[in-house]
Amino acid sequence: MTDRPENFTEWYTSERFNVGVRRRRTREGVLRGLGMVSILLAVTMLVTLFGSIFYQARTAFVQTQIGLEVALPAAEFDGGTQAGADAIKDVNFRGLVADALYASLGGRPDSRGARREMLALISADASFQLMERVIEEPSLIGQQSRFWLPASDDMHNIVQGVVDRDVTEDDRRTSDAQINWIERLEDQGMVRSAFAWDLLLRNDSRDPEVAGIFAGVVGSALMLTVTLVVSLPLGVAAAVYLEEFAPKNWFTRLIDVNIRNLAAVPSIVFGLLALAVFIRVFGMPRSSPLVGGLALSLLTLPTMIIAARAAIAAVPPSLRTAAMELGASKMQTVSKVVLPNALPGILTGTIISMAEALGETAPLLMIGMVAFVADAPSSFLDPAAPLPVQIYTWSTSPERAFAAKTAAAIIVLLLFLFLMNAAAIYLRDRVQKKW
Amino acid sequence: MTPAIATYGVLLLSVFGYLLGLRWALRLEAGRVRAMHSRPYYHGMWVALCMLLPAVIFLLAGLALKSFVPEWIVVRGLPADYMEGKRASLVAARLWSIANEQFGVSNVQPLEQAAADRLVWLNKLADWIIGLGALVISILMGLYALRPIDRAFQARNATERIFLWILIACSAVAILTTVGIVFTLIFDSLRFFAMVSPTEFFFGLNWRPITAIREGQLGQEGSFGFIPVLVGTTQIAMLAMLVAGPIGLFSAIYMVEFAPHGVRSTAKPVIEVLAGIPTVVYGFFAATLVAPLVRDFGESLGIPSSSESALAAGAVMGIMIIPFVSSLSDDVISSVPGRLRQAAYSLGATRGETIVRVVLPAALPGLVSAMVLATSRAIGETMIVVMAAGLAANLTLNPFEAVTTITVQITTVLTGDQPFDSPMTLSAFALALALFAITLMLNLFALQVMERYRDQYD
Repeated sequence: MTDRPENFTEWYTSERFNVGVRRRRTREGVLRGLGMVSILLAVTMLVTLFGSIFYQARTAFVQTQIGLEVALPAAEFDGGTQAGADAIKDVNFRGLVADALYASLGGRPDSRGARREMLALISADASFQLMERVIEEPSLIGQQSRFWLPASDDMHNIVQGVVDRDVTEDDRRTSDAQINWIERLEDQGMVRSAFAWDLLLRNDSRDPEVAGIFAGVVGSALMLTVTLVVSLPLGVAAAVYLEEFAPKNWFTRLIDVNIRNLAAVPSIVFGLLALAVFIRVFGMPRSSPLVGGLALSLLTLPTMIIAARAAIAAVPPSLRTAAMELGASKMQTVSKVVLPNALPGILTGTIISMAEALGETAPLLMIGMVAFVADAPSSFLDPAAPLPVQIYTWSTSPERAFAAKTAAAIIVLLLFLFLMNAAAIYLRDRVQKKW
Repeated sequence: MTPAIATYGVLLLSVFGYLLGLRWALRLEAGRVRAMHSRPYYHGMWVALCMLLPAVIFLLAGLALKSFVPEWIVVRGLPADYMEGKRASLVAARLWSIANEQFGVSNVQPLEQAAADRLVWLNKLADWIIGLGALVISILMGLYALRPIDRAFQARNATERIFLWILIACSAVAILTTVGIVFTLIFDSLRFFAMVSPTEFFFGLNWRPITAIREGQLGQEGSFGFIPVLVGTTQIAMLAMLVAGPIGLFSAIYMVEFAPHGVRSTAKPVIEVLAGIPTVVYGFFAATLVAPLVRDFGESLGIPSSSESALAAGAVMGIMIIPFVSSLSDDVISSVPGRLRQAAYSLGATRGETIVRVVLPAALPGLVSAMVLATSRAIGETMIVVMAAGLAANLTLNPFEAVTTITVQITTVLTGDQPFDSPMTLSAFALALALFAITLMLNLFALQVMERYRDQYD
């Protein structure tokens, strides 16, 4: 203080003062800059994440198909053109597809190795798809028509440019001969890229070119149904009790502390709980949507309760007082006045916790939901592999084409989550009353 | 008669009971509703609840008992020389496979076939007892509930009391869940510690959870040392916090103190999108994009690197936790009272000085608890580490090498084909107990600090 001049105007305009202020402002600028850089970093990471997933998924939404003139001689079918579904299933479609392929590539190769290589152009599932088509449309029998059948995953990767066809033969899974054949088919216009409906409409398969997420979506839907049916009533009831009825005593406090702690318990622990209690003690079937749904209910219950409590607390006390003044009992006030007014808020919370449940994977691994599931589950007790679990199993597959499939399945999952969150935001902004 | 049919039966009976109670009350008053204490539909609800609740409780209790009582009776009835050296649970499982004529069951002795048949018979019997019992209870309770119905009967108060108890029971589910978690984890951990000494588990430096598939198999001795797993977990959580801590904190400071309204209202939701992405997606991102980059970077530095690394998993987990840190810090910083800021400004401090010297120190307890909560979340995170951190329990501090975590080991151990009773399977529960204890302590600490912080300024 002693070296400060008496005249403040002189001091405020002095060089020393200004240098000091400038230095202090610079320090502030550093802090501001760090903040901006942090936000930019976070946003960049988000963009990179989405970018890498969309980039990897680009080839999974198209299916490479090979056009084959397949002859379906009536003599092959038991019952000729009137063949029933069972008779059609007995026909050697593999052979028919193979003959058509040999024909379009200039005849049947002599060596077995070459034949196998040539057949590897087409997906192993192609003959089944052909069979399904014929069962659907028996009038095709006795004719020769062009069918577009899925190419194998290796050929798909070559055609779509995932694997470079100019690298040396040793560095890729496909032989030069196969590339020659596929180029010949391309020249004939017999290779096309179609939207991969199989991805959305078929179930899981060992062959990536025809594997789909339908069973996973059904499994997730069944599981979320259980979660919703269990956690919504439980959560709302608990929230109503805690907000409206609970006296301030040790029991209420215990519940409160419990809920807040459960919200932070690692999700995998809920999987172990479900394994020990629902599967081992109650003997419920492993990998079933029932057990998965129950595990997820326990997991989402804290979120549910906290959201419902907030919605109930937001209903103005004047409404409660008005109802009580009119002679309603406490329970009548809650059920006829408080809950209807809290409903939009409760629904928003419900959708958000369902979205959380939809993306959850770890607890499901604990209850055996990692098995390969070939058929969509038709009940709550059938084995199921929900969508996130299917993403996990696909991501661990060695086939290269599954990486793209995984990314595509992730996009579908994110799309569901986006829709759910959009619905929640819409509800929050439009329906919820402003008091 | 299966329990499922009985459940529908009870539901149907309760609906019938509602209508009956309603008619009963209406008939009593011959349409003069006003003279009654409660509206008629409360009488109906009273009857329906009386018919529904005890029967449902009976059904649930019956199903719980049914899952082990028949097995216990049958296994106890087997001769002692047959049971010699066999585990009861394995015998029961074998009997079930025989009863279901499962593929691959061979050498069925007549004794076993008889026991299996008895098991099936007892199960059917249990189904009938549970199903019929529930229906009978429902009907009896309905008759009991109809008796008191008259003009003065306080049906509304009675149903409201029942509803209140239902509400209390629903709230108690949270407690039950915690009790269930603690009980199952401790129960199975004790069984694990009966096979593996706690000293080996807590101080062992080797984690190789293998158990002999056959009795006395050589070279299949597993070792259950927890230390490398714990070190890996800590390492990954620290790496995650190194990413999430600064980014989350600085972006929160910027958004509360500097950002214009428009920036804040767009940047905040965008960052929160990160929190809504499922962890399996982060895992895929870490495994396919980040891990190879990290490996190449490590190799270019000449450090031994593997394609699954602590750094890749930790960094991606950090990205996941950014919104968690930033929104918690945001709340904490915004709740520092304005009077503190104004006091600093009036003393001539710049905005930056106010933040660094006044706001942040005031918010410190809250920020600490935010960081602790985020760390606890990082420790409990599973999918990212399962997909990107590796399985081998290396005791290493090199972030470019693969390490394993508690959650990864729980997953690997439980997704293998191992019987329930092997030390390997049970080790998952001991690991989970450790995980639960660690995260619980962190959470309790954080919540405590947060509460005190709130009290300070409220």
